[in-house]
Amino acid sequence: MAEYETHIVDVLIIGAGGAGLRAAAEASAMGASTAVVCKSLLGKAHTVMAEGGVAAALGNVWPEDNWKVHFRDTMRGGKMLNNWRMAQLHAQESPDRVLELEQWGALFDRTPDGRILQRDFGGHRYARLAHVGDRTGLELLRTVQHRAVDVGIEVFMECKIVRLLRDSEGHVNGAVGIWRETGKFIVFGAKSVVLATGGVGKMYKFTSNSWEGTGDGHALALWAGADLIDMECIQFHPTGMIWPPSARGLLVTEGVRGDGGILKNRDNERFMFNYISDYFKAETSDTIEEADQWYENKRDFRRPPELLPRDEVARAINSEVKAGRGSPHGGVFLDIASRRTAEDIKRRLPSMYHQFKELADVDITKDAMEIGPTCHYIMGGVRVDADTAAATVPGLFAAGEVAGGMHGANRLGGNSLSDLLVFGRRAGIGAAEHALSKEGTVTIDQEQVESIAKHALSFFDNEGKENAYAAHQALQNTMQELVGIIRTESELVRARGELHDLNERAKVVSVEGHRQFNPGWHLALDLEAMMAISQCTTLGALERQESRGGHTREDFPTPNNEVFGKVNMVTSMQGSEVQIRREPLPVMPPELQELFEEAH
Amino acid sequence: MSPESATAVEKNLQMRLWRGDAEGGEFTEYNIPAQEGEVVLDVVHRIQAEEAPDLAVRWNCKAGKCGSCSAEINGRPALMCMTRMSTLNIEEPITVSPMRGFPIIRDLVTDVSFNYAVARRVPAFQPPKLAEGEVFRMQQVDVDRSQEFRKCIECFLCQNVCHVIRDHEDNKESFAGPRFFARLAELEMHPLDTLDRRRLTSEQFGLGLCNITKCCTEVCPEGIHITDNAIIPLKERVVDARYDPVAWLGRKITGKPDPTPAAVAARFAPETLAQQQEARSAGRIGTHPETSGAGTSR
Ligand code: SF4
Ligand code: SF4
Ligand code: FES
Repeated sequence: MAEYETHIVDVLIIGAGGAGLRAAAEASAMGASTAVVCKSLLGKAHTVMAEGGVAAALGNVWPEDNWKVHFRDTMRGGKMLNNWRMAQLHAQESPDRVLELEQWGALFDRTPDGRILQRDFGGHRYARLAHVGDRTGLELLRTVQHRAVDVGIEVFMECKIVRLLRDSEGHVNGAVGIWRETGKFIVFGAKSVVLATGGVGKMYKFTSNSWEGTGDGHALALWAGADLIDMECIQFHPTGMIWPPSARGLLVTEGVRGDGGILKNRDNERFMFNYISDYFKAETSDTIEEADQWYENKRDFRRPPELLPRDEVARAINSEVKAGRGSPHGGVFLDIASRRTAEDIKRRLPSMYHQFKELADVDITKDAMEIGPTCHYIMGGVRVDADTAAATVPGLFAAGEVAGGMHGANRLGGNSLSDLLVFGRRAGIGAAEHALSKEGTVTIDQEQVESIAKHALSFFDNEGKENAYAAHQALQNTMQELVGIIRTESELVRARGELHDLNERAKVVSVEGHRQFNPGWHLALDLEAMMAISQCTTLGALERQESRGGHTREDFPTPNNEVFGKVNMVTSMQGSEVQIRREPLPVMPPELQELFEEAH
Repeated sequence: MSPESATAVEKNLQMRLWRGDAEGGEFTEYNIPAQEGEVVLDVVHRIQAEEAPDLAVRWNCKAGKCGSCSAEINGRPALMCMTRMSTLNIEEPITVSPMRGFPIIRDLVTDVSFNYAVARRVPAFQPPKLAEGEVFRMQQVDVDRSQEFRKCIECFLCQNVCHVIRDHEDNKESFAGPRFFARLAELEMHPLDTLDRRRLTSEQFGLGLCNITKCCTEVCPEGIHITDNAIIPLKERVVDARYDPVAWLGRKITGKPDPTPAAVAARFAPETLAQQQEARSAGRIGTHPETSGAGTSR
């Protein structure tokens, strides 16, 4: 049997984005020996792409804001499919998490009286997002990165985890990975493992996600026997770049709309007024006159419809394009040039100015942007206990995008950065407590390690011509066309069949070259994860016969509160097959339910 | 669609990518049809998908936000994801090679662990104590200065071009490089930070070795004025204040502006700098940053 580089720690954290590093800082502070492993270099995680801000009811701009309002906005945005307890903890704790970042050196933009400035965002009743221009994610990631470095956490960079390890009782007790640089195996023994691997966007063709968003954590959990929930709930961000082709999918921050940007079709019509659903009528402007006054006087006027929750805006854009009123490259126009001065735009949206200038040769202070929906975020994920972030398999924890429940069927902008701080910390505590209370040392099952290693290397022995890149593109086409923003039964059934065939293709992918820094091999391994996850998404989408948030069924265009509004779609492995079942949502206590009755 | 991009579609690109490892390597030419609106990274990816599946290249965001895809394009250090093909002359072969300032791992991927080792040596931010329920108050004008440096995406292009590192490998022991001068300046100008790092900046991070060539500033994709806004003010503070803690604290509190870059630059003529370096070298701390152990492993 081969000897592998082996590390034994109390807590192993997979992923070095905001959630992973926040978890690491906490676990380490609790006295657990902690290691972080990540696929890229430290500080490159997808968290850097978050632009708009971090939502927290600090009440700096609107003193009437408090956790209850934030909680209510979050639940309503999530179409009540959220795990209420997660939404509650999130709303209650995010202000402290933001203030704590300042203790670690973060520098948010300020109000005139020197406090943290907050900006407006879709679905948030009050201006609530603490931000730094439009690079809040970078600020947050650097801050927790410096913190993690400061407390001396060991970081294993450019290392891909292939499978989790389990002990004789089925508890998770480690992981096996490969060093991307050398292709050698690395084995971790750990009493607790925290998944903080982010999202799944790479199973779609047009996505705002980086190459890392291949659903690794979702798949690792699934393969280790854990439950996933609501994997059909995927957010298509309404404003992604659509031109040039190579930049397609790249995000255009919602901050553009918060700061005055409006959506127009090819006829120059500000079309969002035609798409205000009953659910949001009471709080949305129905005339241009009213909407335009809101930017200056938020107290007396209702919000413009451009700031409806993301799912509503994405569907509206989709309808305009389908009706033939789209822009030349198949999207719609996002116009801030005619609304704000060039100076204002450059000051408030510097990264956007830069991004369009460099990539599309468009000056957003002069011309409108062409935008359309792009796969952005998965609300579904690993089923966790709200308080401890524990998954359904002992020893396993999950935080951030990889965890499900917090955002229900649709996530509000700004709630992701706060999510990863609140639940990153909680996962760190949960994992450390679990590890510190567990007696004895971790024993690694060498046979499991050996079979994982053998499996990972099998791609080099596969004969035939199947190429990882081609198989990945085929998967992306299937998902984009058949399990995209608008879904229907016949297409989902087709997708299920195609995925079955693709899964067989993915198994026989053959890798050329050697083990040292070989992206073809890494993709073959990532592809396994994406295959498993796309099946979960497709099954969930078939089973949820209603439209709710990020899941839209053409054949069931409205929500069905009596049946589907009360259940999570749970996917798990039964043998080698992904199975789906319905389970009731956790029930909200009466004192919180009242918050929703008062609102009417 | 513009007329020239329509004809560009017919064109074949001659891409010369450096292939090899620490042992050595060479440029390999790939001929691939041009497509509309691409950046260099797109073309590299197409070559990877179609012709060279094992071609090693780092990238993440493809939006100039993560700083992963640094390379040298026709010898010019740049981010591959932010270099549009239309800005290059595609009549001629286009070369893409790894950053020269760092050891090669494979193909376009280099070993940048030096930077992570230096990062570990920078003493962290230290805020003042807050009373229960108290929050920090800062004015926008005061946070602006540090915010400029916090835009850094850690692409390490500035480290790559700085001749102090590039031409003298052994300087890595005593010279942190422009990225970390920006980091030190960020902390020095942070309205809340209470730690005086000036002695460290000059003695352990080798600020004196910088002779303000500005190459780092020119290459920074974030447009951070590393020399004018970080290095020169740092030099000023380090030398001028002679580590006077009272004056230092005074400036932190009042946020007194630094002298103009030009005025300070004059004081850093090569002769002056040579003297300073001499004086400095006596106190040089010679521990080599561990490039693999001590926390950040790769
Ligand atoms: S200005 Fe200083 S730090 Fe920047 S490249 Fe020149 S010598 Fe290096
Ligand atoms: S200072 Fe500029 S060039 Fe240097 S690492 Fe940061 S972003 Fe890159
Ligand atoms: S890929 Fe992120 S900067 Fe180029």
